[in-house]
Amino acid sequence: MSGYLLRRLWQIIPTLGGVILLVFVLFNLFGGDPATILAGKIPSQEKILAIRQQLGLDQPWWVQLWIFVKQVVSFDFGRSWSTNELVSQVILLKAPVSLTVMGQVWLLDAVISVSLALWVAYRRGSLTDRAIMAICTAAMSISFLLYVVVGQYLFGYVLGWFPVMGWSDDFWKNISTYAPLPVVLALLVSIAPSTRLYRSFIVEETEHDYVRTARAKGADEQRVMLVHVLRNAAIPIVTNLALALPALFIGSFLIEKVFSIPGLGREVILAVDRSDFPVIKAITIYLAMLTMLVNLLVDLLYKWLDPRVQLK
Amino acid sequence: MASSHGYWRAAGERLWRDRLARVCVTILAFYFLLVGLSALGLIAKDWNTEVGVSYANPSFMPDYPNPQGQNSLVTVDKIEVDAATRAIDPLAPYYEQIERRAAHYQESIPELSWTLPFGGDKWGRDIVAKTIKGGQISITVGVAAALLAVAIGVLLGAIGGFLGGWIGDALEWFYNIFTSVPYILLVLAFAAVFGRGIGTVILVLGLTGWTGVYRLIRSEYIKQRGLEYVLAADAIGASRLRRMFVHILPNVSQLILVQLSQLVVEFIKAEVILSFLGFGVPTELVSWGIQINEVLAELVLGKWWQLTAAALSMSVFVVAFGLFTDVLRDALDPKSSRL
Repeated sequence: MSGYLLRRLWQIIPTLGGVILLVFVLFNLFGGDPATILAGKIPSQEKILAIRQQLGLDQPWWVQLWIFVKQVVSFDFGRSWSTNELVSQVILLKAPVSLTVMGQVWLLDAVISVSLALWVAYRRGSLTDRAIMAICTAAMSISFLLYVVVGQYLFGYVLGWFPVMGWSDDFWKNISTYAPLPVVLALLVSIAPSTRLYRSFIVEETEHDYVRTARAKGADEQRVMLVHVLRNAAIPIVTNLALALPALFIGSFLIEKVFSIPGLGREVILAVDRSDFPVIKAITIYLAMLTMLVNLLVDLLYKWLDPRVQLK
Repeated sequence: MASSHGYWRAAGERLWRDRLARVCVTILAFYFLLVGLSALGLIAKDWNTEVGVSYANPSFMPDYPNPQGQNSLVTVDKIEVDAATRAIDPLAPYYEQIERRAAHYQESIPELSWTLPFGGDKWGRDIVAKTIKGGQISITVGVAAALLAVAIGVLLGAIGGFLGGWIGDALEWFYNIFTSVPYILLVLAFAAVFGRGIGTVILVLGLTGWTGVYRLIRSEYIKQRGLEYVLAADAIGASRLRRMFVHILPNVSQLILVQLSQLVVEFIKAEVILSFLGFGVPTELVSWGIQINEVLAELVLGKWWQLTAAALSMSVFVVAFGLFTDVLRDALDPKSSRL
């Protein structure tokens, strides 16, 4: 087990190296001269030179790459080019905001779509099943953007049930006032595909022999579905839920933009808008690291959920 | 029907037998016809000219309140310039000169209509023409980006799957890099570097969206390379390149086609979101995403027609294309269609 863990951690290194290289090539070779971006609208020659020196841009590329690798390893990406805040500070400040919204979405999506999927899978082929599946298909084909734009207008502006947008410094006020509408809209988007996916997992399980055996032994339907089927269908479902974790940290770009929620997603959009490379670079690298770690955790989780799985 | 058909002909016939498929194909043909006509400049050429008043009403509801419409409450007061005003007007001595100079320029005030077939936007542009033009750009971007992504994915997948070895490992490494960054973040990172423009959007979506195609084609090539027809081709001395692209490629082409149409839908949705966020099509052009971006301000004023036009045309296209992809997959896979 620990041998497996070590080997997997060891395998992360070349991939992480690749991500560092990709980001480096993208921003340092194609990204244009950051000194001209930084010097702003009145570029004076000395100012540009000074900035180039400060950023190490007058060094050959391998020295620049080395500086970048050191930044990644020490978790110190310097300061934002546009606000001069420490990049690590920006991330630590914004990530909890994204989590406040997306954490709720993740949790509620899991609870609602798993129960919905269990229900329709149990009544497979019935009118309810077909109706819910048809609604899911229709809901999936409408763009996320329309849900957000129309939802904000309808619930925030016309009906006035929620504030149109906003955010505060108070956690409970955010949860009770500002987060509900974005959460509901994000749920409207995410429940349909999740339900369809989980239904297919559950339906696949109900066709196995052990389900018939359980029924033959006289287990009631509730026990068959909740204990036997759900336990086995949990493996792909939990995997799917865990794989969605990294995305929670950037939240939903659209939601954060439209509702002016100061989370990481909005920060990325602002950074792209201002060509604020250190912020984008840092968020990209950290998210990639997080994704790799979550992938590893999913494999371990898999082993825990399904003891038949052999980790090689 | 004793004559035997080729694979594609049979698949086409299976497709056409399905009523849903016929409906979808008809809708898509209509859209692509509009795209073609608009690209040739035959329709929607003047989408950018001011033809109506600001937020002109749709013709089916001319009485909707509009400050500049027919039922306008705004009246323009004509101020008569008399001697008293002239005395305090510092420009008064120059009136004659100003008028003389102004006479050199011809002023043409366009006849602006109060209503347009489906209303107008803030600058009095016709929504119908604008939506057609927006559709042309969104669909073009989606199709071109999907072609690019599929080309990259098939090329790398074929090389990785057929050759394997260290090249295969290197490509797997490359794949791992691209998939370890969340997709939308990857797209935005590319967009941050490459700037804005139609070509850029196509490039960004194509360069980031090839991973799924690569994975599928790679596994298919690994499966196919050991089959007898490939071994036979090897035995008669077909080169590796020939086996890869002349012998195997046609046998996986149905997979490529399905991937292509899936990506078109995905990329049109992505383009809409990118343009909405301001990183897609430049604002002097129009796309469905830019239209929806403008809608945020319009809705508050009660001008719902641009949203309806853009949302409806986009949704119908995306739904039709999505359903078409499903029936296409069934039609191309003869095993599943026997069920």
